[in-house]
Amino acid sequence: MAKHQTPLLDQLESGPWPSFVSDLKQEAEARAKNERNIEYQIPQDVVEDLMGVLELSYKDGTTHWKHGGIVGVFGYGGGVIGRYCDQPEQFPGVAHFHTMRVNQPAGKFYTTKYLKELCDLWEFRGSGLTNMHGSTGDIIFLGTTTPQLEEIFYELTHKHNQDLGGSGSNLRTPSDCIGQARCEYACYDTQALCHYLTNEYQDELHRPAFPYKFKFKFDGCPNCCVASIARADLSFVGTWRDEIQIDQEAVKAYVAGEFPPNAGAHAGRDWGPFDIQKEVIDRCPTGCMRYEDGKLEINNRECTRCMHCINVMPRALKPGKDRGCSILAGAKAPILDGAQMGSLLVPFIKVEEPYDEIKEVIEAIWDWWMEEGKNRERLGELMKRQGFQKLLEVTNIKPVPQHVQEPRTNPYIFWKEEEVPGGFERDIKEFRKHHQR
Amino acid sequence: MATVEFQGKTFTVDEDGFIESYDDWCEEWVQWVKQQEGIDELTDDHRKVIKVLQDYYEKNGIAPMVRILSKLTGFKLKQIYELFPSGPGKGACKMAGLPKPTGCV
Ligand code: HEM
Ligand code: HEM
Ligand code: SF4
Ligand code: SF4
Repeated sequence: MAKHQTPLLDQLESGPWPSFVSDLKQEAEARAKNERNIEYQIPQDVVEDLMGVLELSYKDGTTHWKHGGIVGVFGYGGGVIGRYCDQPEQFPGVAHFHTMRVNQPAGKFYTTKYLKELCDLWEFRGSGLTNMHGSTGDIIFLGTTTPQLEEIFYELTHKHNQDLGGSGSNLRTPSDCIGQARCEYACYDTQALCHYLTNEYQDELHRPAFPYKFKFKFDGCPNCCVASIARADLSFVGTWRDEIQIDQEAVKAYVAGEFPPNAGAHAGRDWGPFDIQKEVIDRCPTGCMRYEDGKLEINNRECTRCMHCINVMPRALKPGKDRGCSILAGAKAPILDGAQMGSLLVPFIKVEEPYDEIKEVIEAIWDWWMEEGKNRERLGELMKRQGFQKLLEVTNIKPVPQHVQEPRTNPYIFWKEEEVPGGFERDIKEFRKHHQR
Repeated sequence: MATVEFQGKTFTVDEDGFIESYDDWCEEWVQWVKQQEGIDELTDDHRKVIKVLQDYYEKNGIAPMVRILSKLTGFKLKQIYELFPSGPGKGACKMAGLPKPTGCV
């Protein structure tokens, strides 16, 4: 017999999609039975109380968590999101329900051994509920009490060789696409760079020292499987600068219908036989491709590396061999002054250990933003306030046409005094000698 | 809201142990928080951080940004964590009696 009636939640057990309600019930039951005789460190009925408070929220259409919460582990200024229920008498099992962010491995590849050990720890000292994973990338331990935080942290670091992720006004947990692990489009080793920079900037991740939050994300190519361009203050998007590699025999196989276009991604519907002219040549955004007499040609100087042709014919076309990444800056959600996606800052940079050039860009931006950023001002907003020009100056990057989608249309142009012959110091009397009042 | 009794004083605190009202701040509060926040011995450096936080809060009505705290005290962030293991927010602000930090923590 469940502790609370949950008629509204129960409706979410029907339908084909995996039901989080059924899963919650399963965990609640497992904790009630406790077949492994675990000495639960937080209330055994935590999951039932969580369902209870959620049902209550469904009923009256409002949240039942109190405002904020400041908890953590000694030495760090973030990593734990404190949370308390606003009906602790009715739902004592979730009176404390803190979330811990655990730094995930790049690309989120796991062994069952590792996951089982983490689960054992979390069953014992937490609710047994997780989020795999948070949007930023972390493994999320969902729900425990304050006294357990240091205990869990001790076990994570000492037994599992595993650290917390980031929260607060700091570098948040970086994340990446699976990259070269399983994708032939990857133009650099996203996992290596993600892992390296995460380790390199541990201090910035664990101890908030920034005006506001800051995120890195790493995509191996412009397909952006980790959505870096929309969800990271600095996005690293793989690309190449030589020629697309063409296998003409494979192109013919596509035209002959031997290979399905887009690796069969549209097989669920009859789109007719593959038409290379319609589906590739005419779709190229720059019109830089030609298919004649059974031969595909690309004018690579005009190619913007949009990935379309490669995505359609992955067995025939490959990114070039001279690879690296672009760096874009300033993406953020709407608050405060409107949503932003990353703006191109570095068109091309080689990605090679020990990544010194990349670190130079990052650290120059931090130096500027840490000094000039207002309280709770994202990098994207500082760019708006002080200007893209300023960002170029502090990163020592020359302005190039690639920095803009279009030149400005208004004439409110600032000049530096040294650029103007004679400077800005003018004497009105001089002027009056030639122009009477 | 819970209450804490310590050395003859009573404080109203929230779940995270932040004092309910800045006006209730006193030396006993400092001694109480010291135990909670992993601090063995209160030094002049601790006092300096607290004083700077309080002066700033009284003047501006908010806690200073980390960068400004470092500038005003002359302590690098690393030193602030050596003094206050839970950091400037959970550690130092709590001891100084400032309101709980908010936002996307
Ligand atoms: C040969 C004579 C003139 C030339 C070449 C000239 C040129 C210009 C130009 C290029 C602008 C900027 C337009 C823009 O920002 O889109 C402008 C703005 C303006 N001009 Fe003139 N102008 C002339 C005479 C005058 C005179 C005689 C007046 C007033 C008595 C005047 C009043 C203004 C005003 C008020 C603006 C600002 C409009 C705004 O910011 O919306 N101009 N002018
Ligand atoms: C009560 C009288 C006036 C008011 C309330 C007023 C208000 C304004 C405002 C709000 C702007 C826009 C400023 C901005 O966009 O940053 C402006 C621009 C301007 N006003 Fe006036 N204005 C007045 C009188 C005048 C007069 C009498 C002149 C010229 C004889 C004049 C010339 C201009 C010009 C040239 C600009 C454009 C400045 C620029 O583009 O940088 N205004 N005014
Ligand atoms: S972003 Fe590009 S390289 Fe990374 S997984 Fe997606 S398609 Fe592959
Ligand atoms: S990558 Fe895009 S721009 Fe370049 S040739 Fe292919 S379709 Fe055209």
